[in-house]
Amino acid sequence: MLMTTRYFGERIKRNEDPRLLTGNGTFIDDLRPAGVVHAAFLRSPHAHARITRIDTAQAAQLPGVIAVYTRAQLPEAISGPLPKLIGHPALVHHKTQYALAPEKVRLVGEPVALVIAESRYVAEDALDLIEVDYDPLPPVVDLEAAARDGSPLVHEDIGTNICAHHTQRVGNVEEAFAHATHVFSERFVIDRGTAAPMECRGVVAVWDGKVRELTVWDTTQAPIRIRNYLSQLLGLPQNDIRVVAPDIGGGFGPKIMMCYPEEVLVPWAAMQLGRPVKWIEDRRENFAAMNHEREQIHDASIAVDADGRILGVKTVFLYDSGAYIPYGIIVPIVASTTLVGPYRIPNYHCEFKAVFTNKTIVSPYRGAGRPHGVFVMERLMDRVARELGLDRVEVRRRNFIQPDEFPYDTGLIYQDNAPLIYDSGNYPAVLEKAVELIGYAEWPDLKARYRREGRVVGLGIACYVEGSGIGPYEGCRVTVEPNGRVYAATSVGTQGQGHYTAFAQIIADALAVDVEDVIVTTGDSGAFGWGTGTFASRAGVVAGNAVHLAAQAVRAKAIKVAATALEAREEDLELADARVFVRGSPDRSITLAQLAVTANPLRGTIPEGWEQPGLEASRFFAPPRGTFPMGVHAALVEVDVRTGLVTFLRYLVVHDCGKVINPLILDGQIRGGVAQGIGNCFYEKLVYDEGGQLLTQTFMDYLLPTTAEVPDVEIAHLETPTPMNPLGVKGAGEAGVIPVPAVFAQALDDALADFGFRIREMPLNPSRLREMLRAAGQPADGRRAAAAR
Amino acid sequence: MKPAPFAYAAPRSLAEALTVTGEHGAEGKVLAGGQSLVPLLAMRLARPAVLIDLNRVRQLDYIRDGPEVRIGAMTRQRTAELSPIVQRRLPLLAEALGYVGHPQIRNRGTIGGTLAHADPSAELPAVLSVLGGRVVLRSGRGTRTLGSDEFFLSYLTTALDPDELLVEVRLPAEEHMGSAFVEVARRHGDYALVGVAAVVGVTEGRITRARLAFTGVGAGPVRIVELEHALVERTPDDDALIEAGRIAYARLEPESDIHASAEYRREVAGVLVERVLRLALQRAGTARKRGGRGRRS
Repeated sequence: MLMTTRYFGERIKRNEDPRLLTGNGTFIDDLRPAGVVHAAFLRSPHAHARITRIDTAQAAQLPGVIAVYTRAQLPEAISGPLPKLIGHPALVHHKTQYALAPEKVRLVGEPVALVIAESRYVAEDALDLIEVDYDPLPPVVDLEAAARDGSPLVHEDIGTNICAHHTQRVGNVEEAFAHATHVFSERFVIDRGTAAPMECRGVVAVWDGKVRELTVWDTTQAPIRIRNYLSQLLGLPQNDIRVVAPDIGGGFGPKIMMCYPEEVLVPWAAMQLGRPVKWIEDRRENFAAMNHEREQIHDASIAVDADGRILGVKTVFLYDSGAYIPYGIIVPIVASTTLVGPYRIPNYHCEFKAVFTNKTIVSPYRGAGRPHGVFVMERLMDRVARELGLDRVEVRRRNFIQPDEFPYDTGLIYQDNAPLIYDSGNYPAVLEKAVELIGYAEWPDLKARYRREGRVVGLGIACYVEGSGIGPYEGCRVTVEPNGRVYAATSVGTQGQGHYTAFAQIIADALAVDVEDVIVTTGDSGAFGWGTGTFASRAGVVAGNAVHLAAQAVRAKAIKVAATALEAREEDLELADARVFVRGSPDRSITLAQLAVTANPLRGTIPEGWEQPGLEASRFFAPPRGTFPMGVHAALVEVDVRTGLVTFLRYLVVHDCGKVINPLILDGQIRGGVAQGIGNCFYEKLVYDEGGQLLTQTFMDYLLPTTAEVPDVEIAHLETPTPMNPLGVKGAGEAGVIPVPAVFAQALDDALADFGFRIREMPLNPSRLREMLRAAGQPADGRRAAAAR
Repeated sequence: MKPAPFAYAAPRSLAEALTVTGEHGAEGKVLAGGQSLVPLLAMRLARPAVLIDLNRVRQLDYIRDGPEVRIGAMTRQRTAELSPIVQRRLPLLAEALGYVGHPQIRNRGTIGGTLAHADPSAELPAVLSVLGGRVVLRSGRGTRTLGSDEFFLSYLTTALDPDELLVEVRLPAEEHMGSAFVEVARRHGDYALVGVAAVVGVTEGRITRARLAFTGVGAGPVRIVELEHALVERTPDDDALIEAGRIAYARLEPESDIHASAEYRREVAGVLVERVLRLALQRAGTARKRGGRGRRS
């Protein structure tokens, strides 16, 4: 079939932006159902404590308070641990969070009681009146200490804080290391951060007791799955629950949980009270109660031959899961499998322990382990280059998987339990493009010039492969209505990624309609009830191809119906300008709008082969495994060695995610990711004190990079299509963020090469950089002390 | 993050404001630009019984020229920053205001509010200190005029009595001097880790006057007498600057927090002393040659 590509690949403006930019979006707090009442949660002020008494009597008597709930009031289905999401044989202690804390609290911010009141103000006043007696227990805060024998226990019943111990091996790493010319070992630390979406979480629930129908608006990335779990937990058929994820101000991963306590309790309370209930998470709650990410400690080694060719890599690491591990061990699996990157690694050993601590739960956040793996691997490659006196780009070139080696089986099992097989790529081409655009050949001269000017500037360049577009499936229903417009409903939710446009482009091409005449609904279980969710850079890949298949099916149907109407053969028909016409006789045509009426007759019958009435089709796309984009980032940074301040002179991304649906949207994805990566490197750090108190609970203490800090990002694309799906697309949601720590670590090493230390940790603030410089014998007074090396 | 209940008073004149403040005393809290107080209310870290909103007291919004420039307490920071009087007569204040948050914050934040809040990391207390300015405090009992040393008592603590309002700031115009404000913040617009304000005078190749005040390294704006004395009569060369930096490093006793260690703050204070003096001396030179203001073009 001839497929015109009018919109696919075009840099068109987003359909949703006029609505969003003029303040006409519908975010969770915009929803004000009649008679709505407000929820507020009393949260634990202790990291680890036994609850000896809760007295809610005074709170309940405050005028305006409608109900106060503790765990004692909850029905059995929601008083125990909430559902386990993703199990794994290595995850032997799959402990999950409670809707309201049981006999003890395990993290600061854990919900202890729920107040429903006529206003949020009154609800918060009532929180002040709830008396809780806590018997503090020794907090488990430090990740390494938590993993040691004799540590206080987060969960006493399991006798350990280690909930999973998982190893994957390819080849024989011991033998490779024994016979290698060089072996280099290093410890790498990445600290905690939070996704900090612009919009915090929120839930609004309406229960219609007459028809027994529950409607829940939820800032979730997985509305269908929330519906399914609510069905299980609240004892309603799935069909009687509608979960809608409205416009959402950023997701980035932590908004997919199934289920946060609030997501269960707010709908439950609405059913109890017969009144709509609304809970809007405030920023302070969000810092403690929305899942965190990033904290890992790796002990890694690399074995190479005399030419810098990799013989083996080994990493043994600790993963801080926080107090519970509902999401399973996805993040450490992604970290250990992303680590191998674009390189041929014949022998590989990765091993991790997932460890409970009295801190906020960890689940995937944009990157989801990928930045860690890439940081470790790229730091090891830099070490090889430095120790062997080789050019850092050349070391990478020598170890690349070559374009003729695809599909390339890494020998590992990925997060979707499928073999980690790279589908396609051209890694050398991406690297060479980056080398050219950043001016790598001219860099030594430029660096020398900076040096003459007394400026300390470094260049970093790092590679990564991003796992994306995993299954199990997504679906889409495409309908041409008699008004001539095309309506599509897909299950994935959207948090700003431009789905309303990207999916519309795919449909507009298939049906030869104007892209603005395609209206996409996402994330509404009432509109489309099957799906998984928006995560792992998969919406464009998995839902995008489902959209494509459904649109193509509608196209075929349109031609079939038109063949009868126009008394022509199907193979003589074509689509253009929202109509089907006979090739060579454009006056013999019928509009899609007319066909929509014809296909839904009042008399007669539906002919065999029409599948269903109307110009409508639903299709699913279920890839057996993921697809793997690749990229190279490069940056120039300047360091003020006297103050430790870093400025970003250039940032470049060269990226290959297969066929590009909309370069404008893709560039936005990448820029946002780079900004988050810069935050992860230099600004954002969640700090806990020894007692497990979260010290960073405002944006005055947890610093996000702003437009004043983030540089312009230069972007170039290569397109190596994937054979894994009809559109040839790969995911791009995390491409911006993944290698940023690796790039800046190398750039700082390059800038500060004279001082003889290497960057082994992220994030870094100016104070920490100065600490390193001081230790390397560089006082702040500007005079170089005798070399401490 | 919703404030605890409070009563709200919105006086329309200074007299009315003083009456209300006198009535409520320690139970009341004064709302100026709200850039610090409103978050504290939302987090319930401040729980006043009465919020006294000065935003309708228009008579506290003025900038008057004179040997001392007089600025009404409710003057918005952005207004002062852009004021020709401030730019001409108090270039240091204009420069320091550029570091206070972002324009949106300065559009709301007031000159009096930031001084009364007395955050030791804030820029304006250091400006008040280094210029030898005074604040005017008024209550039903009368009027007091205090210098920086008398006004700033400790972290977030001033000499303001519960029934008093800070009504005006008086800053002597910088005549024939060079001034500069520099700071190191983690991001543009953040409270600085360390900041330094400096005012210097130079005559015939010698430093004749030097005053410096630091932010972020103590309980309020910090001055180091030894450092200022060490600069007077010196030739303004690199050695003088480096020595000044070393004195700052040796004398300051800052504290550590999650953003920076004490050692870092000491180091950077030393570095900033060099940088702020270099700028201020350069401007003092320009001021002398032009016989006018020590301000960058």
